[in-house]
Amino acid sequence: MAETHSLQDMRQQAAVAAKVFIQRDYTKGTVCQFQTKFPSELETRIDKQQFEETVQTLNNLYAEAEKLGSQSYIEGCLACLTAYTIFLCMETHYEKVLKKIAKYIQEQNDKIYAPRGLLLTDPIERGLRVIEVTIFEDRS
Amino acid sequence: MTSCEYQQIDPQALPTPTPAPPPHHGNDRDKREEPKRPRRKWQVFPGKNRFYCDGRIMVARQSGVLPLTLGLIVITSGLFFIFDCPFLVKHLTSCIPVIGGGLFVFVVITLLQTSLTDPGILPRATPDEAADIEKQIDNTGNASYRPPPRTKEVLINQQVVKLKYCFSCKMFRPPRTSHCSLCDNCVERFDHHCPWVGNCVGKRNYRFFYTFIVSLSFLTAFIFGCVTTHLALRAQGGKGLVFALQESPGRYPFNHKRVLKFLSVFSLISPSSNVPMLSLTQPPTAVELVICFFSVWSILGLSGFHTYLVASNLTTNEDIKGSWSGKSGEGVTNPYSHKNIFINCCSVLCGPMPPSLIDRRGFLPTDESVQTAGAGIELPPLAAKSEINVEVKCLDFAVSCTG
Repeated sequence: MAETHSLQDMRQQAAVAAKVFIQRDYTKGTVCQFQTKFPSELETRIDKQQFEETVQTLNNLYAEAEKLGSQSYIEGCLACLTAYTIFLCMETHYEKVLKKIAKYIQEQNDKIYAPRGLLLTDPIERGLRVIEVTIFEDRS
Repeated sequence: MTSCEYQQIDPQALPTPTPAPPPHHGNDRDKREEPKRPRRKWQVFPGKNRFYCDGRIMVARQSGVLPLTLGLIVITSGLFFIFDCPFLVKHLTSCIPVIGGGLFVFVVITLLQTSLTDPGILPRATPDEAADIEKQIDNTGNASYRPPPRTKEVLINQQVVKLKYCFSCKMFRPPRTSHCSLCDNCVERFDHHCPWVGNCVGKRNYRFFYTFIVSLSFLTAFIFGCVTTHLALRAQGGKGLVFALQESPGRYPFNHKRVLKFLSVFSLISPSSNVPMLSLTQPPTAVELVICFFSVWSILGLSGFHTYLVASNLTTNEDIKGSWSGKSGEGVTNPYSHKNIFINCCSVLCGPMPPSLIDRRGFLPTDESVQTAGAGIELPPLAAKSEINVEVKCLDFAVSCTG
């Protein structure tokens, strides 16, 4: 995270040309999913397929976090029996997946987006409302 | 400062408010003196919440009657343990204080968790996001004309759902989210604002709230039953109806002891019983009896109502408004329900625990922390149109009244 911040500070010295916001997709209900539609502002910067793959992977990771499966039920029942005090000591499944997501975004930024003058912001920093893509001015 | 100036300013560097009061300079001085103590996000939180333990604990500004709730539970249980348990342990079984103690601890823990947990507050939109949304909405831009409520329609599981724009938080509210005017926050899966608990009940603390009211109904029913038994057993000591029945066991070939205990309850309500006399000799027990009698019906009713809501995956807000009951049209069904009672219950009560989105203990980036000295007012001035801020606030109030 500290790396990202120093990277961001560096980037702030490079002028921010624009910001694109990928909104949430509510067609499947209240689960966290983002729209995979490719924004027109990024057409000159990145491959449509590459971008859609990133968003789709993020969607899959969020779906995994919120999945109603046997693991989440066991966690829920155990929590209920202990009057939910285990939430104070244990890291929940959701939090573990959020860490995975943060790592994935960091990796994508380093490998794919930073060389193209773009920066993805982790949606959790925006309250899981949007994926913020910052477009920096093209120095070349 | 006109609105044009605000639009030209880079949102990354928030401007300081023009009337620069001494506290602002004071904060700057503090920053210079203590550069190693950046501010935490809870210190600039725009909603009406109070934070303790450096942001670890949060409550709504209006704590409502939470002290009363806690007081009633503690006092009633305390009286029970002090005055009734010794008698009942001697005459019945020693399991009674154990069960009572377990229920009491459970109730208090779940009550505190309901009150002190973030209910699922959505952080407000950043200025960039708000500007982006404003661009997408078709706006006449006329300052004196009251803009129509902004809505967006989405299709969820083949059901049309309208998303409303929140003027306070500057974003389109996700489905099932509502803005609580008491806490001034948008809360996900908003159920209701509970004054007894002193907090909103939403996505993150609904399971705590449900467990609290169910365990509380067990506790009040248990105490009510024990207190009634206690009084009944004491009545047997006097020349009551029960004592007379006990004199002739031959007439009752079946388990007459159980029948006697059952009938002893009625002896309390018959006019010839010694209850008034007993109450005078056992005032704490009488107090418990009165409190439990009135609480047990209301709490049981509330538990039953919420069990129905859990089974059909509804919120109190939706149930009251009749969003999915078909009043507004035909073929309107709840799009969030899994159409199976068991799955609905599991998903609401045992589903994955979502994280808190407001990150109250996170640190503000250093450039933001210097400018947010005038806490709470940094967002509205950066909206595109400052001249309609008053109009916007009035409209927001109207919108929040309608939900």
